Amino acid sequence: MTEPSPARALWIGHIDRIREDKDQQAFAELFAYFAPRVKGFLMKSGADSAQAEECMQEVMATIWQKAHLFDPSRASVATWIFTVARNRRIDTLRRQRRPEPEDLPWGPEAEPDQEDVIVLQQESDLLRQALADLPEAQRDLVERAYFGEMSHREIADATGLPLGTIKSRIRLALERLRHAMNGSQ
Amino acid sequence: MTNEIRHHLTDAILMAYAAGSLNEAFSLMVATHVSLCDECRARLESYDALGGALLDGIDADAQAPVAEDSLAATLARIAASDAGETAAMRPAPAPRGSVLPAPLRDYVGGDLEAIRWRPVGMGVKQAILKTGPGATARLLFIPAGTAMPDHGHHGTEMTMVLQGAFSDEDDHFARGDVEIADEEMQHTPVADISEDCICLAVTDASLRFTSLLPRLAQPFLRI
Ligand SMILES: [Zn+2]
Ligand SMILES: [Zn+2]
Repeated sequence: MTEPSPARALWIGHIDRIREDKDQQAFAELFAYFAPRVKGFLMKSGADSAQAEECMQEVMATIWQKAHLFDPSRASVATWIFTVARNRRIDTLRRQRRPEPEDLPWGPEAEPDQEDVIVLQQESDLLRQALADLPEAQRDLVERAYFGEMSHREIADATGLPLGTIKSRIRLALERLRHAMNGSQ
Repeated sequence: MTNEIRHHLTDAILMAYAAGSLNEAFSLMVATHVSLCDECRARLESYDALGGALLDGIDADAQAPVAEDSLAATLARIAASDAGETAAMRPAPAPRGSVLPAPLRDYVGGDLEAIRWRPVGMGVKQAILKTGPGATARLLFIPAGTAMPDHGHHGTEMTMVLQGAFSDEDDHFARGDVEIADEEMQHTPVADISEDCICLAVTDASLRFTSLLPRLAQPFLRI
């Protein structure tokens, strides 16, 4: 059910190659893995096959075009693609506006810390594993919250997923970033 | 932003925002608070991570086969639009010294001076922001030392302080703090004496005023 992990660690390298070299081979591999997932996600949230195909192509094109905006110290590639797909769904399929938080003021030296990158990616993998290990009923609950349009009230407490560590990691990355910024102004 | 925020968003609302199922007015509340609060930004991004893990781990039978020419069509899209216009995914930070974070500035068209206030009595002013259905977002101006009318709630009301501060029976709220009131809550927020208070308030149902006068005013306030 789950692909071997080595492939996973590579996705960051794929984004790098797309950004640096406009590498179509890297994009093709990323596409082969994520496009059916994104399309499935869109169909689960109510799009028909044609809409989902169209919307998925837009999402994957966005991944290419915005590759330089990806920050591996704060998100996995899967998370980044999820957020792009989610926003497309709201914009195109639900025709609603989604206000976004303001960006952090990136300093000139906003290169992600490699330590942050590694740990965040490891913890993303732990989260994915924990999710896969959830009892069917609980996993279903979480899926319905994200894919369908179900209520979220009980879900956060009911599942006990290890979000705390990821949160701490992101928090640390934000603090480093703000620190770097203050130093550079 | 280094001021100490003590009252945060709930897990339920952050998760709903991450899942993309929150309506526009409450999304504006989340976007505004997160712009000022690293704590909730990190919590929100961990809920995004959960969405990513779900997408990654989606069952084989829930994946949808793509069209035959899908990759080629996507590459053609990329080639067609590769004019270098890559807008950021998020609004740029508000200029230093702004009272309104960037997501609110988008709705108002600037900072405080751009707000088109309408008086609603007792020195209180409001500006309703144009959002989609499901809930109403408004900016409230409460003169220093003034009490808002005592009221209860039919649904959920979230109030975030942008300038000044207010207190109610339970607690004190300063810039960045969010007060969440539900059906059981009856309160009388009072603005601190030191400064006029400006808040973002989002409601998903009308408020119940207990005194007669505000009840008469309700249709005009649209709250
Ligand atoms: Zn917060
Ligand atoms: Zn209230």
